[in-house]
Amino acid sequence: MRTYSQVFSELAKVKRTALIPFFVIGDPDFDTSLELVKTAIDAGADILELGIPFSDPIADGPTIQKADIRSLKSGMSVNMAREFIRQVKSYKDIPIGLLMYYNLVYQYGTEKFFKDFHEAGVNSVLVADLSIDDAEEIISPAASAGLDTVFMVTPVTEPERMKLIASKTTGFIYTVSLLGVTGSREDLSDTVGSLVSNLKELTDVPVCVGFGISKPEHAVTVAQAGADGVIIGSKIVGLIESNLGNKDKCLAEVSSFLTEVKKALEDHAG
Amino acid sequence: MKHSGRFGDYGGFYVPEVLMPVLEELEEAFYRFYEDEKFTAELAHLSKYYAGRPSPLYHAKRFSEHVGFNVYLKREDLLHGGAHKVNNTLGQGLLAKYMGKTKLIAETGAGQHGLATAMIGALFGMETKIFMGVTDIERQSVNVHKMKLCGAEVVPIEGGTGTLKDAINDALRYWTAHVTDTFYLFGSACGPHPYPTIVKHFQGCIGKETRQQCLDQIGRLPDVVVACVGGGSNAIGMFSGFLDDEDVKLVGVEAGGRSLSSGQHAATLVAGRVGILHGAKAYLLQDKEGQVRETESVSAGLDYPAVGPEHCMLKDTGRVEYVAAQDDEALDAFELLTKTEGILPALESSHALAYLMGQKGKLNREQTAVANLSGRGDKDVSIVEEHRPLEQ
Repeated sequence: MRTYSQVFSELAKVKRTALIPFFVIGDPDFDTSLELVKTAIDAGADILELGIPFSDPIADGPTIQKADIRSLKSGMSVNMAREFIRQVKSYKDIPIGLLMYYNLVYQYGTEKFFKDFHEAGVNSVLVADLSIDDAEEIISPAASAGLDTVFMVTPVTEPERMKLIASKTTGFIYTVSLLGVTGSREDLSDTVGSLVSNLKELTDVPVCVGFGISKPEHAVTVAQAGADGVIIGSKIVGLIESNLGNKDKCLAEVSSFLTEVKKALEDHAG
Repeated sequence: MKHSGRFGDYGGFYVPEVLMPVLEELEEAFYRFYEDEKFTAELAHLSKYYAGRPSPLYHAKRFSEHVGFNVYLKREDLLHGGAHKVNNTLGQGLLAKYMGKTKLIAETGAGQHGLATAMIGALFGMETKIFMGVTDIERQSVNVHKMKLCGAEVVPIEGGTGTLKDAINDALRYWTAHVTDTFYLFGSACGPHPYPTIVKHFQGCIGKETRQQCLDQIGRLPDVVVACVGGGSNAIGMFSGFLDDEDVKLVGVEAGGRSLSSGQHAATLVAGRVGILHGAKAYLLQDKEGQVRETESVSAGLDYPAVGPEHCMLKDTGRVEYVAAQDDEALDAFELLTKTEGILPALESSHALAYLMGQKGKLNREQTAVANLSGRGDKDVSIVEEHRPLEQ
């Protein structure tokens, strides 16, 4: 199974930032969602960030919340999400990070969840409502299942806490580029640069940046800041939302957007 | 964090990383000020002259005759704003002021906490935003209007079922993006640490006063103390005064909605399973995989799928008995108290009274029960009219 470190060390050689698109599994339904993810892989995704939908996603903005509701209404379940991941992995061996809420892991049984989803092909599980203080609840089950850990750092995280977070991270640090919940923004916060460089001074763990990235130029800004990866969620989910009922157009728009971003990242890498 | 925020295994602070610094700041400020001389003096002054504390303990004799034992009502409904909520909003509002925060946000279900926050926003001259589900806005329009009159902005929330749970989701989201100048004035004894502890502290006056009033007026402690439980703030405030009095039976009454078997209810402790929502581990109404279920109750203030973590512990230890009262039982209790005493109880508090009606024949004339009349029912008149139309 392909690992995060393989991806990041290969990209480091060509000095390119990883493209990490985010999808809610099952948005708007299982089959379309699978086609969208395959499209993203074909457009050059290096890593996938996938969300299992939750009824009360407090860390997400309206765009992803609506996607969660669409997916749940179409009948998505945690067990179907595992099957979804299997099918993605049989299409291509690409690292997959899950982004989800704790109650779903807890109800499934934390140890069993990590074991089963690792078997399905998941590399890490980021629990959106679990801060580093409670990370022990998932660190050892994740380690014994063979998973990497991914934790968040935000613009209000103090340096000491950053160090603590970095020390517990084996996959990559998910850096939130601005205060708030997920959602695409017109302008990217100017804190990105300093946040990434602060982290880079503290740790060798790869640093990926998400929240609010909606244009190829944003991705380039993140790359210039020295990040190892750029995570794009709400923009893509928004494209799905505005093309409901027109699958071909939806696939085409997601494909062309990701192709554009990938090209911008490649051009920047030169 | 300096404290674990745990009640047994319940509680904690299951929140996104971005909220951790502001929760730490809040915890630090609470423990710095809650016993501070100046702070407590200012709060005591406001509690007396602004909110109207202490609230009376009233012997409801005609209601007592009907049920066959002595019923005393803790009259939180007589406080400014019409509910116990002002105890907490004064305390947290003052804390916000001492912390130098200039903006308040709050969630609300029935609108009582929203109104109590809007009042305090006006009192302290703070910009106030109230998050409220669209369903609740519709069924509690009078409170919405009052909040606006106090100068608060009421933000309608369409997500989910448009009730309290969705209002909390959006208030948390807004707070995440505005942590630097905004104080989140949480209304119930749930949510992430330190809120359950803070809310219990500021609502603790209910139990403390009631205990002393019982000794003064009855000459002994009551046999039973009962309170309604949604998130659980009025109940934990009341119970906290009696937890060490082992002979006092404590009963929390949840919203049984249409019926427990229909699944259309909000009886979290009675029918839920342990899970994690809104920053705390607690009993939760959820499906098999952990998706949070939609709740139903005639009373907007009890319409919530989780519950305060300390109540979860008190259920497990058996110190408090938790039961459910259905919508129709609460409406019966509303009518009985109104007809026998001329007091309109909030539909939330009516659930506690419904429990007492069910004790007819089980308690005797020598025995005494205290019910927390957590709020007044003026806000519920149109809902009652809908369910129990008056004969022309």
